[in-house]
Amino acid sequence: MTWWRRLVKRNELDEQLDRELRFHLEQHEADLIAAGSDPEAARRQARIDLGGIQQVRENCRDAWGPRWIEDFWQDFRYTLRSLRQRPGFSLVVALTLALGIGSTALMFTVLDGVLLKPLPYPEPQQLIGLQEKTAKATQFGNLWAFAYPNFLDLRRDALSVDLAAWHFVGGTLSRPGEPENVLGVEASSAFLKVLRVTPVQGRDLSPEDDRPGATPVALVSDALWRRTFGQNRGAIGASLVFDGRQYTIAGILPPDFRLGDEQVDLLTPIGQNTAPYMLNRDAHPGIKVWGRIRQGATIESVRSELTVIASRLSSAYPKSNEGRTFIAETLRPVTGTAGTTIWLLFAAVVAVLLIGCVNVASLLVARAVSREREMSVRVALGAGRGRLVRQCLAESVVLALSGGSLGLLLAVAGLRPFIAMWPGDLPRASEIHLDWRVGLFALAVSVASGILFGAVPALTAPALNPARALREGSRTVAGGSWRLQGTLVASELALAVVLLVTAGVLGSTLLRLSALDPGLNVNNVLVARLALSPSVLNEPDRIRSAWQNILDRVRGIPGVQAVATVDTVPMREGNNQLGYWPAADLPERTRLPLALATSVTPDYLNVMGIELRAGRFFNETDRQGSQPVVVIDETLARRAFGREPAVGKRLWIPDMGAAPVEVVGVVNHVRHWGLADDDQAEVRAQFYYPFAQVPDRFLRRWSELMSVAVRTSTPPRSIIQPLRREIQGAAHDQVIYEIRTMDQLEGATLARHRFLMTLFTAFSAAALILACVGIYGVLAFLAGQRVPEFGVRVALGARPHDIMRLILRQSLGMILAGVAAGSILALASGRLLEAWVSAVRANEPVTFSAMIAVLVAAALIASLLPARRASRIDPVLALRQD
Amino acid sequence: MAARQDLPQGTLDLLIMKVVALGPVHGYAIAQRLQQVSQDVVQAPQGSLYPALHRLESRGFLDAIWRETESGREAKFYRLTKKGRAQLEVEIANWARLTEAVSLILRLSEGVGQ
Repeated sequence: MTWWRRLVKRNELDEQLDRELRFHLEQHEADLIAAGSDPEAARRQARIDLGGIQQVRENCRDAWGPRWIEDFWQDFRYTLRSLRQRPGFSLVVALTLALGIGSTALMFTVLDGVLLKPLPYPEPQQLIGLQEKTAKATQFGNLWAFAYPNFLDLRRDALSVDLAAWHFVGGTLSRPGEPENVLGVEASSAFLKVLRVTPVQGRDLSPEDDRPGATPVALVSDALWRRTFGQNRGAIGASLVFDGRQYTIAGILPPDFRLGDEQVDLLTPIGQNTAPYMLNRDAHPGIKVWGRIRQGATIESVRSELTVIASRLSSAYPKSNEGRTFIAETLRPVTGTAGTTIWLLFAAVVAVLLIGCVNVASLLVARAVSREREMSVRVALGAGRGRLVRQCLAESVVLALSGGSLGLLLAVAGLRPFIAMWPGDLPRASEIHLDWRVGLFALAVSVASGILFGAVPALTAPALNPARALREGSRTVAGGSWRLQGTLVASELALAVVLLVTAGVLGSTLLRLSALDPGLNVNNVLVARLALSPSVLNEPDRIRSAWQNILDRVRGIPGVQAVATVDTVPMREGNNQLGYWPAADLPERTRLPLALATSVTPDYLNVMGIELRAGRFFNETDRQGSQPVVVIDETLARRAFGREPAVGKRLWIPDMGAAPVEVVGVVNHVRHWGLADDDQAEVRAQFYYPFAQVPDRFLRRWSELMSVAVRTSTPPRSIIQPLRREIQGAAHDQVIYEIRTMDQLEGATLARHRFLMTLFTAFSAAALILACVGIYGVLAFLAGQRVPEFGVRVALGARPHDIMRLILRQSLGMILAGVAAGSILALASGRLLEAWVSAVRANEPVTFSAMIAVLVAAALIASLLPARRASRIDPVLALRQD
Repeated sequence: MAARQDLPQGTLDLLIMKVVALGPVHGYAIAQRLQQVSQDVVQAPQGSLYPALHRLESRGFLDAIWRETESGREAKFYRLTKKGRAQLEVEIANWARLTEAVSLILRLSEGVGQ
């Protein structure tokens, strides 16, 4: 008989049992009467022979199978009844748990989506990423992006893996529709097949497309197709112009197609890229190579095959491939610092949940102790100990489950706002969904916390000797449970200390960082990337005049004070690190110290508000053919020339030519890496060089990286429209994109700290409140238990403040224990924080003590209330009690 | 009347199954049958008969249907299931082994006594 049938058909079964037993009795009676008994005697005899009918019935029910389900059901109804009797208590408990479980479930959802879920392609464990590895390391390490010719050789020779090459290409989509900057990918023809992605319309790239001179074809994203073609099916075969080149649309990518977090708008064959560096094994910008392990192969067999091919290539091309091998790793999502942020927050919400559980546990212990006599009576009447424990657990699990379902609702409601609150872009945000995993997690957490906070009272309260308990009545001072509750409260306080100290350390770090000088004036500066018209990009002279034209036109916009172009904007992603040396005796190239190189136009200092410390900045005389010049920052000046004046000195920068460049000026250091990271960055030295002196052969590449920076006298965003208008050029195909204010960029460098601090402050406030409620509840309860004792004391002459002192001593004991344990935990977690959050110094005695003082003060205030109430005891009433 | 014997532990199930194996039968009839066949030596305690029946039913050795008796009353008739039949054979074999072993031991102790 299945258990559910017993639950569902319980009444029917009972009724059948009754009928069966009645039949038995009546038959027996009839037989006895037939044998000559008189009816009354027969009735009695039949009943005696059967034995107690009630007992038979119970035994039959027992025989139906284990009873725990029914007991559980009974416990459940009993629980509901008893919880309904105390709506306030139940509500507080359920809400505490809802907050704890809800925030834990929310963080788990984020953690699951961002860190645990595999890549969103079929059978992601077969996907690998390849890199080149050199035997010798340079300042940049020994791992490198692929050279395209190496990829071609690998693809031809590798038998254990299908390989695809790709790289991002940004560019201007000038037709059809308004010109806009789009993100594209150049990829080899097998790219989508390796990922197991199929175009939703049209066809995939074919090997025929993927070679020089083939007809240019492109796959477009679903979004681009909607935007520019209005979902027209005729889009297949239509043409578009990307970076001045005309492509035929071959297919449409699936709507959810992403590479990492990037929404790719365009996919074109990499084989048609005829840039010279595509044939260079030695110096090239690098491409990415991904692969899918073939059936029957393993990553180990792929690795050994790669080693064999690499050694063949190094003997065939010793100049570039000597000591160069290829390494393969399983492809994993890239999440950056989001991982540690998520783990920190997850730890914090778990701590809050634990505090909540401990709080509820101590409330339940208090209640269980006051129900001691009820329990004793039930034990005396025959309830098994296991049954009582189960009943306590049922109560807590019911509480936890209702808290948990409420919490899940909170998580559902809070998830999107939370993601929106994330500083910057949360990696893999598109993978975050509430799904069955989250539901299961919430259920597991609810049951676990129910058992956690239910087990303590369940195992302690009924574990008593009923005879003793009944004899002693309620005058007993609950010695055992006082120690237990003290421990519970102390552990609550310990966790609260950890959260408070963490919030405090984050707060003081943030204060310290905000006070730092970025080295430039971030107010009223607008920066935007700018793509020149593809039509000018092939001729250096036209590139130079296009840039000059842009500067002139922008300078004319009302509200613009100064304008400059710059390749790497401070505090924005992207930098150019070059080796330098202050003398002609250059060491080996890989051992040169590095500096951040920035190419700018003469007005750059005025735009950014950077101060000239010595010498001059660039002017119109620094041009092609004149003496190459640089302006260095104070850091570089100190590193390269020590205390000597730097102006007039020379620097050897091999990447800028064999001849040395002349230092013509010194400016202040700019915190290029942002306020949080610059001070501990590895490469801090900076120098600027004039854009006008960039050699012709690099001009096109540089122009693709260039941004325009504008200082305004009006709010900077107000000039976006005029800026767009002025720079669009004669062909209307020059666009600006990634438009930011410097203020915004600076704020973003502290966003992670601010985000963590805000949340930790909220969590520690919650923890503090919970801990205070816990202390208050426990002391109020303990004081209540000791009322008769206090009555005696007062009757014997104790004064109110003596009683208060008694209670406060008890509370101080708990507080000190909690603070001691919490401090040790906080020191340990401080190390973690130091490692995971930049610029944090865990060892901050002032913050540490301030936070602990806050906690102790709050806890004492919470203890004062019950203490005062106890001190006002009327001895006569107290002694009459019980 | 000979002294009534309490049943050894576990034998009630065996006896019930044996009786039920002869054909569908209701609880009262089982009680009667046990008493008659054992010539009143075995006291099948009616109080434990029904829990035993329900236990065997819930373990799948018996199943039950409601139908009319000869006297036209509704009663719950038990039948042996296939699983129950197999179990009965096992238990009978066990019983045979046990009684044989017990009697061996009893004989041995007589020998020692002499």
